[in-house]
Amino acid sequence: MFDTNELVINMGPQHPSTHGVLRVVLRLDGERVVGCDIVIGYLHRGIEKLCEHRDWAQIVLITDRMDYVAAASNNLGYCETVEKLMALEVPRRARYIRTILAELQRIASHCLWLGTHAMDMGAMTMFLYAFRERELVLDLFEEYCGARLTYNAMRIGGLPLDLPPGWERKVREFCAVFEGKVVEYEELLTHNRIWQARTKGIGVIDGHDALAIGLTGPPLRGSGVARDVRKDEPYAAYAEFEFDVPIGSAGDTYDRYLVRLEELLQSIRIIRQALDGLPEGPVIGRVPRLIKPPAGETYHAIESPKGEIGFFIVSDGKSNTPYRFRVRPPSFCNLQALPQLIKGHLVSDVVALIGSIDIVLGEVDR
Amino acid sequence: MIETYVLPVLKILVLLNAVLVSVTFMTLLERKVIAWVQVRLGPMRVGPHGALQPIADAIKLLLKEDITPARADRWVFTLAPIVSMVPALIAFAVIPFDRDVTFFGYRVPLFIADINVGLLYIVSVTAIGVYGIILAGYASNSKFPLLAGLRASAQLISYEIAITMMLVSIVIMAGTLSMVGIVDAQYRAGVWYVFLQPVAFVILFIGGLAETNRAPFDLPEAEQELTGGFHTEYSGMRFALFFLAEYANMIVVSAVAATLFFGGWLRPFPNVPALWLLGYVPGWVWFLLKTFVFLYIFIWIRATLPRYRYDQLMRLGWKVLIPLAIANLVVTAILKVLL
Repeated sequence: MFDTNELVINMGPQHPSTHGVLRVVLRLDGERVVGCDIVIGYLHRGIEKLCEHRDWAQIVLITDRMDYVAAASNNLGYCETVEKLMALEVPRRARYIRTILAELQRIASHCLWLGTHAMDMGAMTMFLYAFRERELVLDLFEEYCGARLTYNAMRIGGLPLDLPPGWERKVREFCAVFEGKVVEYEELLTHNRIWQARTKGIGVIDGHDALAIGLTGPPLRGSGVARDVRKDEPYAAYAEFEFDVPIGSAGDTYDRYLVRLEELLQSIRIIRQALDGLPEGPVIGRVPRLIKPPAGETYHAIESPKGEIGFFIVSDGKSNTPYRFRVRPPSFCNLQALPQLIKGHLVSDVVALIGSIDIVLGEVDR
Repeated sequence: MIETYVLPVLKILVLLNAVLVSVTFMTLLERKVIAWVQVRLGPMRVGPHGALQPIADAIKLLLKEDITPARADRWVFTLAPIVSMVPALIAFAVIPFDRDVTFFGYRVPLFIADINVGLLYIVSVTAIGVYGIILAGYASNSKFPLLAGLRASAQLISYEIAITMMLVSIVIMAGTLSMVGIVDAQYRAGVWYVFLQPVAFVILFIGGLAETNRAPFDLPEAEQELTGGFHTEYSGMRFALFFLAEYANMIVVSAVAATLFFGGWLRPFPNVPALWLLGYVPGWVWFLLKTFVFLYIFIWIRATLPRYRYDQLMRLGWKVLIPLAIANLVVTAILKVLL
């Protein structure tokens, strides 16, 4: 007489909590999620193909547009890949400044994640607090390179500019301020019973599965796998600094949250060491006027705030554009875990999980 | 003639307008308080410090197109905002603002009616208000509002029971259901009931948050999950009615909490003659002050806490609040007999 149907409900691409133009088609039994399909591509701009038609120096600017909340990390990843292909020597000062920029970028990106993640679960004050601190980082970037979102802050072989006078002092001041703010975040969320109830045991994935899916970055470390490109295959100047790689144990949303929060403090630690040991010298190495890498191919990955961002570039050695340009985007790979994480949870948890894996659609779709 | 007809009608008019105006300005208060918590300024453009913002909002909402979706259940869709607004307003009928004031030679009691089942009346009337949300969710004929409607009905059942049981403890203490009678009983007892019934107060407050769909229990609205929930399909003034109803309900819950637990219009320590200076402040000022404190706490909580999940809300209601309310009721009853 009565039969029950699954309720198919469409979240996005215009939805306040899908962090961009992600579309998730949920199949619900009551409020419980039975399954979901992820539909992407609403922000596809053909960046990889576009890069095959731009010369090597112009591509830096296009990489800004992938993970647009962590543009400096993308710049760094691309520049280092080309440097590897050309076997260019980057001056030590440039490598230090790159490290500082990348870590500031990690703080900005994590602040954005923290704010929106908390906002998705209804803690709206957290959103404005986190953005308040992100603003300080953007001010630092603005002073360094003039831009606040798409920085174009690096060049193949080094950096376009040396640090403006007084910048180091401002970064130190920011570090001191920010450490206090992290305590504030912890007071608002970490020990909050509702926050714990909303995040503990939600979207559990163990280390084995996480590796099998190809998770990287904080979602992988939240599952207890201590994989961090900064530590395992040091690039820029990371080999010269001391820092810890925080890992979780339960692999749930709460652990991923704790891992990112601890990473904020570790970033501060790295920035301080880099400022202390900042060497003198030029900020750009001996780069030929016409950048034309020799024929060959290479893959190089760095640890972006979202996870491992890798660039695979093939050069034919003749033209002044890459022959093949391919990005391994952490957001895209991490997003693949979503259907597995969501299964069996409630609609409310869907937004928590989308926030927890921290995606940027500009990078997923490219 | 004047006593029977003119005065009550005048009082109703004054009260209705006062409530509607304060509800409108509650929106401003909420935006301002939340802005201050979040280190912002809030509305600043319309009038000094944004004081006229609610008027601008009202004009905007009135001028907006009133859309009824093609597939909606037209009658119910129209009815739903009314069903949520009206109970919120008529609940004010039994709330005593003060015993009486002298006004042009007439002694005017500052409440519209002191019916002998005042508390029961409030419980029943506010329960109707939630139907507005359920009906809105159903009538929109859309999936997100439907989920919100389901959530609202679950929430209604879970919290109504706890609140009502807790109110029974108060009735046992006071020996009356009349709101004025309960304040008088607190005067005779010489102590606010919040000190005698702290558990009941906590339950009323949590239940009140859930009843009015306020954070952290704003699940039917859940902007981030259900894109606005039950009012997704509403626009213009009908949309605004839901909000006004929410704020009116907040005021009702605050006023009821102030009356039942904080002595209504009584000044602090009503039986201590040494504090006679406090007696110069009119009773209704005390009452409004107490109500305002609760409203502020409502907003403060919204600014601070994340939202509960549907199943956690049910667990809190059924496994914590209802057993607590029953235990409180039993202990109250036993003590009442023994003492």
